[in-house]
Amino acid sequence: MSETSRQNRSSEHDRLVESLVGGLAPVRRLPPPGLRALAWIAVALGFGVLLMPMADIEGLRARMSVPDLRVAALAAVLTAATAAFAAFQISVPGRSLRWALLPVGPALLWIGASGLGCLRGILAPSTDIPGTREVESCFTFLVGVSLPLSLLLVVMLRRACPLHPTLTAALGGLAAAAAAAALLVPFHPHDATATDLLMHALAVGAIIGLNGLAGGRLLAGKDAPRS
Amino acid sequence: MILSAPLVALPRVPEPRVPAAGRAEARFAAGPTGVRGAGARSDRAGTVLETRLSAAMAAAQAGDAAAYRQLLRDCLPVIAGMARAQGVRGEAVDDVVQETLLTIHRARATYDPARPFLPWLRAITQRRAIDRLRRAGRRPQEVHDPFAYEAHADAGPEPGARLEAQERDARLAEAVKGLPEGQRQAVEQLAFQERSLDEAAALTGRSKGALKVNLHRALKALRATLSREKEGDGV
Repeated sequence: MSETSRQNRSSEHDRLVESLVGGLAPVRRLPPPGLRALAWIAVALGFGVLLMPMADIEGLRARMSVPDLRVAALAAVLTAATAAFAAFQISVPGRSLRWALLPVGPALLWIGASGLGCLRGILAPSTDIPGTREVESCFTFLVGVSLPLSLLLVVMLRRACPLHPTLTAALGGLAAAAAAAALLVPFHPHDATATDLLMHALAVGAIIGLNGLAGGRLLAGKDAPRS
Repeated sequence: MILSAPLVALPRVPEPRVPAAGRAEARFAAGPTGVRGAGARSDRAGTVLETRLSAAMAAAQAGDAAAYRQLLRDCLPVIAGMARAQGVRGEAVDDVVQETLLTIHRARATYDPARPFLPWLRAITQRRAIDRLRRAGRRPQEVHDPFAYEAHADAGPEPGARLEAQERDARLAEAVKGLPEGQRQAVEQLAFQERSLDEAAALTGRSKGALKVNLHRALKALRATLSREKEGDGV
């Protein structure tokens, strides 16, 4: 590189530094990722409280006495919390990407326990098989709850600086989907069955995929302007 | 990784205050030579740099323009070094520096002064460096450079090369045919067949001296005929 072009580049740097300094406004420091995750979880719980009047408390008590349903519900809650925490962590520059592994354990437990419920449905076929209408309403519920939760999460994550937008968005999607599945538990009129699990899996997959595509773009749009 | 090696070993807790003597050293450390200084001195310089940058960023978050300007200027060589450690070369280093500066500006609220500054900066720089390398890798360079494409020499023979060679051979054969008998034999035996003087002498029954003289005269005559023909072509 010639001396003049080297000087040109360094004066370019000076110009950029000056324009950035000119655009400097005091900023409020971002709260720690843990606090931000708690705030999001609080909103998700708020959803649950709002929906409480519609809950089927008797059925919930009956289902919670079944071990694998209890484990599945608990694991969904755990998955939502850990995935949200991990997403907020990795959206801050300099934090370890290994946080992304945190929700793997709870997620496996959640899927495994739900799968057990499905097996039980096959072993005991007398259990209540949901009709198409019920499956539809279940799907609508999942997407309807996780969509606003996802949007909120994306808005909150955009305030940070996600250097890995796709991974961050996928974690956010997992958090939203797991939260929706956990919230679904008190309103679910029947036990887990194969179709049921399939619908849940589809809904969760759709949410994570959409988040990975749309959310990833959204997050990348703020972080890396295409030149 | 020359630059980042001493910085990795930074203690997690920043020093509370930089003494006046430390400031001069830190200014020196901001240049690439200072950061590359070896051993304990470099560790110390790295710690001073870390402390100073962290304090400057905290001040910038509160809206201190002077501290922000100094911070960004100090970051320039550090970012360039980190980008080079990531494998970025040449003009691309300056692109990474600019893109990293823009990201620092956008992400400045995410810096937590309780944590060290350089890992935060490195995460952003590495990301921008990888983005830059990927973009460069995706774009096939030569197809987008019409001059290089046009000027690239073909490895094979030019079109019509064989025709030209045939024509040249025919013209040479014609010229040789027009030579006196002795000279023609000398050219055919010594030049075309690549025989030695002894072999040629044995085959033609002429002396080696006569062959040499005839070859010399033949070449002279051919040179004259062929160059005349060439000039005639040109006119």
